[in-house]
Amino acid sequence: MPRDHKIKKVLILGSGSIKIGEAGEFDYSGSQALKALKEEGIATILVNPNVATIQTDPKLADKVYFLPVTVDYVEQVIKAERPDSILLSFGGQTALNCGIELSRSGILARYGIRVLGTPIKGIELTEDRDLFKRTMLGAGVEVPESKAVYSIEEAREVAKNIGYPVIVRVAFTLGGRGGGVAFNEYELDNIAEKGLANSIVNQVLIEEYVGSWKQIEYEVMRDARGNAVTICNMENTLAMRVHTGDNIVVAPSQTITNQEFHFLRELSIRAATACSVVGECNIQFAFDTVSKRYYAIEINARLSRSSALASKATGYPIAYIAAKITLGYELSELTNKVTGMTSACFEPALDYIVLKMPRFDFRKFDRVRRELGTQMKSVGEVMAIGRSFEEALQKAIRMLDIGRDGLMDYKSLGSLERIENSLVHPTDEILFHVAEALSLGFSIQRITQLTWIDPWFVSKINNIVQADKDLVALRGSNLESIPVETLTVAKRLGFSDAWIARRIGLPEDQVRALRKKIVPGPFVKLVDSLAAEWPAVTNYAYTTYDGRRHDIDFAQKNTASSDILFLQEQKARKIIVLGAGCYRIGSSVEFDWCTMNMVWALQNRGCQVIVVNCNPETVSTDYDVSDRLYFEEITIERILDIWEYEQADGLVCCVGGQIANNMMPKLARYGVSLLGTSSDDLDRAEDRAKFSALLDKLEISQPKWIEVTTSNKALEFANENYPIMVRPSYVLSGAAMRVIWSENHLEKFLKTAAEVSPDHPLVISKFILNAKEAEIDAVSDGKNVLLGAIIEHVERAGVHSGDATMMIPPAGLRDVALEKIKDYTRRIALALNIRGPFNVQYIVKGDEVLVIECNLRASRSMPFVSKMKGVNLMDASADALLGKTIDLHLANVPPVFKVGVKVPQFSFMQLEGADPLLGVEMQSTGEVACFGETFFDAFCKALVASGFKIPKKGTVFVSVGGKELKKKSLNAVRRLAELGYDVSATEHTAEFLSKHGIANISVLYKISERDRKPNIGDYLAGRMLDLIINIPGSIALEKYGDMEEDEYRIRRKAVELGIPVLTNLENLEVFVKGLSWLKEREITISPLISRDFQRG
Amino acid sequence: MGEVVFNTGMVGYTEAMTDPSYAGQLLCFTYPLIGNYGVPDYLQDESGIIQNFESSSIKVKGIIADSISEEPSHFESKRSLTSWLDAENIPGIQGLDTRELTIHLRSRGVMMGAIASSVKEAKALLEKAPDYSTLNLCDSVSTKEVRSFGKNIRGRIALIDCGVKLNIIRSLVRRGFEVVCLPYDAKYEEITSIKARGVVFSNGPGDPMACKPAIELSALAVQNSMPLLGICLGTQILALSQGAETFKLKYGHRGQNKPCVDLRLNRCMVTSQNHGYSVLPESLEGTELEPWFINADDKTIEGVIHKSKPCLAVQFHPEGSPGPLDPSYVFDIFAEKIAS
Repeated sequence: MPRDHKIKKVLILGSGSIKIGEAGEFDYSGSQALKALKEEGIATILVNPNVATIQTDPKLADKVYFLPVTVDYVEQVIKAERPDSILLSFGGQTALNCGIELSRSGILARYGIRVLGTPIKGIELTEDRDLFKRTMLGAGVEVPESKAVYSIEEAREVAKNIGYPVIVRVAFTLGGRGGGVAFNEYELDNIAEKGLANSIVNQVLIEEYVGSWKQIEYEVMRDARGNAVTICNMENTLAMRVHTGDNIVVAPSQTITNQEFHFLRELSIRAATACSVVGECNIQFAFDTVSKRYYAIEINARLSRSSALASKATGYPIAYIAAKITLGYELSELTNKVTGMTSACFEPALDYIVLKMPRFDFRKFDRVRRELGTQMKSVGEVMAIGRSFEEALQKAIRMLDIGRDGLMDYKSLGSLERIENSLVHPTDEILFHVAEALSLGFSIQRITQLTWIDPWFVSKINNIVQADKDLVALRGSNLESIPVETLTVAKRLGFSDAWIARRIGLPEDQVRALRKKIVPGPFVKLVDSLAAEWPAVTNYAYTTYDGRRHDIDFAQKNTASSDILFLQEQKARKIIVLGAGCYRIGSSVEFDWCTMNMVWALQNRGCQVIVVNCNPETVSTDYDVSDRLYFEEITIERILDIWEYEQADGLVCCVGGQIANNMMPKLARYGVSLLGTSSDDLDRAEDRAKFSALLDKLEISQPKWIEVTTSNKALEFANENYPIMVRPSYVLSGAAMRVIWSENHLEKFLKTAAEVSPDHPLVISKFILNAKEAEIDAVSDGKNVLLGAIIEHVERAGVHSGDATMMIPPAGLRDVALEKIKDYTRRIALALNIRGPFNVQYIVKGDEVLVIECNLRASRSMPFVSKMKGVNLMDASADALLGKTIDLHLANVPPVFKVGVKVPQFSFMQLEGADPLLGVEMQSTGEVACFGETFFDAFCKALVASGFKIPKKGTVFVSVGGKELKKKSLNAVRRLAELGYDVSATEHTAEFLSKHGIANISVLYKISERDRKPNIGDYLAGRMLDLIINIPGSIALEKYGDMEEDEYRIRRKAVELGIPVLTNLENLEVFVKGLSWLKEREITISPLISRDFQRG
Repeated sequence: MGEVVFNTGMVGYTEAMTDPSYAGQLLCFTYPLIGNYGVPDYLQDESGIIQNFESSSIKVKGIIADSISEEPSHFESKRSLTSWLDAENIPGIQGLDTRELTIHLRSRGVMMGAIASSVKEAKALLEKAPDYSTLNLCDSVSTKEVRSFGKNIRGRIALIDCGVKLNIIRSLVRRGFEVVCLPYDAKYEEITSIKARGVVFSNGPGDPMACKPAIELSALAVQNSMPLLGICLGTQILALSQGAETFKLKYGHRGQNKPCVDLRLNRCMVTSQNHGYSVLPESLEGTELEPWFINADDKTIEGVIHKSKPCLAVQFHPEGSPGPLDPSYVFDIFAEKIAS
């Protein structure tokens, strides 16, 4: 059946901010869906407050509403736009949940809106645990023994019947949020409490636990006529015990037989059919290791992280095809975009192995538990392609950018006891522990016993361990005596030149030179979705040492003999753009936005663009958005390989965030032509001493700072400058940067947290109290400077800029300060000969403006600034990079919106134990931005969009540390009381508040004083508190020191129960003002329309 | 030495290597990691059919792989792939760039190849290589004696064994038929004498034109309105017996991911395939056969059905093994033809 022409205007719901369990993959799937609809001439309306995404660019959707994906806001959009249909399956769980509510509340029916794709009834079958179980059993698909419960008492009862251990699963959530494995009743109580709090229907499932079974997933594509294919299956290395989002996943499955593969495949299709899936779904199975027993665990009737991975792993554009299917097309009517000639109704055949590895950022969080389980904790992922498991694994580890040069680059745990324990309780370091265990002689069987990792994977890891021993044996050899065989084997097993050099004890350059002479490769192979069976027109490449020949004829000598298509050479310049790699805290979808917009800008200027990136959650790793894609590691070695093969004209490092930027000096040394600011000038900005000297010369002020190599020097400087901020280059434990308030804290810090030595200097700077922070995003071509926007932080200096609430225009800064900022920015840009995008951060105290740092690259806030102003900063940067003059008229373009506010998104809930207190280390996983007529108009929307539940009434609990802060928060608390909230507080705070005229305050006793009632703990558990204000005294900002255990427990508990917490004075103030504003005014909604954009 | 072909399946080496259709061929796996789950023992099920394999021994002349797992892992595995090859005296080669080889075969077409310990030796072998299409390969893999499997619940079926895959027999037995395997050159009287209610022409190796006796047998069966099911080679036999023609594909269809459209249901399904020859579409004109399935990729004929007689045939493998079982309803249609 061809497409349904009644579909004319479609509303698409996005997934909102990036959070653990819901990340960049939905930018990819949403963008593909928009593209698929646009091709059909269908009008598209997108609701998504994630300003950093590519899908919210006006080039993809006709209109973009930066609003919370909630029923209230979406209804307003529906009222304004009157779409005929809605797509729910491209915006993750957020969109799906919102869609279900829209349907239940009758809104969809009222406005006559049709749900495209899987019907709501089908979605409900997959989301409601009991319905799911019944549906599966009805379709002859086995499910584990389980029962849905609604209370802790019921949970205990059911768990007893099933027998411990049991797994607690939460309905309608993502990333296993709120769930976990309970080995006894005590654990069950804790997990079930959290789970019930996190379920929108107050329901959890108690289920038989099969942690040691294989975890196998299938991606099913099904059309309305019932034609169905499985695009890909995947196997989780760490078995069932670890959430697939945190697991090391390979595609295709490796350890199941043909019979098992197709048995599960058939079950997947049957299950999808039972749930009336139209479009795409993911299904997860547990499969026994010693019998043919299996269970279907869950179905996601939407695009998911796994489907994005499967899409990149196979080259099959899953989201695009799924979108076409929702319009009525049948699978066999659609064409495989890779081959351009074969049917989309097929199952990709891979001739390589794909490995996904998660990235964790535990170091950023105090107190967080690193053990992996059924609740997802990772913040990003990478995907590596190789022709052996070993090669893919070692590539992936390097791609994570965690300072590990492959599997053997680990710190020894030392004792056998610790190793054994680490194998039984896997953390993010599990594979390194397996490698160490193997190198100490643990047998493969023993490791399988302890870790539940299939022996096949362990034996492959063992190959790496044994080959590394051969390298170690070469220690001290000279270059000539390195055997070709050893080097070849090492390269095939994925070792880097740098690691081989380290093992043998030679400089990397020499090993690289030798390797290039005696080891053939790496070879560039193409991902074509059908194992070379058809002459595919693909530009999707990876490299491998397991081969003999490139798929691409770089020399272009025998084009006639081969049928692989080559890049058209008519385009003038060939430019390589480095992507941002793995998402992590501090570098996320915003850099993919920068990468993609740079790619488009360069293409528009006639360049041929090659992208190198390794993150399956991105749009830039779609092979059809660039002229060629290398799904590869962003390491010096690989970039040089590609550079040498491609003979490109230039390379762009400044849009991929820190990782690409940091490579500039080295690449420059190797003679790579870098576009933009020179690496010498980059060095002048990044080397603190040089930058400081430059500022002095320009007569621009900066906070006092010093770089020290001994503890004594540190203490000496600190004594005169408390509070200070320290940035160690070598961290022993915990987070890297912190603010320190006194000598004994500094002494403790130097002893336990960071090493100070000539090799590991410590940078200390004066921490300026009660100052404002502001930053500016701009572009320079070396002669002219285009100022994007000055952004003011709501929080005082000391909160990381990535965690700050930001506003444009800056309402709280005086004109003098603003002029200084503009002037300094221009002068710094010209002094550093900046050519490209850059960002300068300032501290502002009254009229005084001090420079904190200058980053000569695209910044996190550039998509926000670009969309707010209607001027694409990447587009302007492209001119600068190509040596052209930037268009200064863009500075005069009137902004699209009056006010924009960007609010961070935190994922503390998922990070067991993490303290939600903000500090100088960034902790947010994502962000949202909303726009409006006034600050509060934008702010209130953004707050809701970040998942903050604004309580309309109820009880506020206040606990504020220190006299000064108590005084400062008085007005806000008073206003809350006036607005009709009940106020409760800790003993001291209550005393202070009543003394200052706030009546009827109920006193709650500390959690640690269990026997004194009423107790905060009981109130939290009983959900009798609706908002927590917990602002610790300034001294407690030094989190390492005397942090109050009790306060931490309040904050943590509140996070787990989903109660909003304010931990910062400025946040409290704007929040209360926002509440008052909401009482009197109406929020506005207005979209971003493509004509608003002047350029790009 | 043999004809070099490639298969794009990512699982199913035990099934593929024992598939008699590969007789006379060297099989190149495009998936680089082979042998991961080892090799189970040859065990028989309750009907006396060997489990997990498609025949009782390796049928390929040799295998070509990127790398073979020396430490396989599966609870049913009894040995590694290499030790299995050793035990059955079949050569294999690993460490090749199998993608390069596949691209070569795709652009030049399938060709004869040899596994040898030196280029010189290989060249010498290839000089003496026979023409693959002239080999009577069915003879080497067909049953030499009449053998029967399963209980007669819904009837007895004569299976003309041109190199049958065991899962075809299993699929019929599972549907309540007794399956009597006859040699590929059986006479029509042999079918009638066992009171068979239907006849199946199995898959098998080589050029269908080399199967003269089976083509004649097929013509008689159709003439007598005997329910007939052809699978793979069986399709070509049926087509040839009705006056259609076959031709050799450049590099064949070998994989588990082939989309075929059932023209009667207008449904597309993923099928398992292993064939180097195909029915020439134009040659069906003027015969009593009409296309039933076509390949959604290259539009070749993947199944034919007789306009008036209960005779049908599919070019793919409805029994999967290796591969998906989505089109296994073909067996049910055949069973219905027998019942009516």
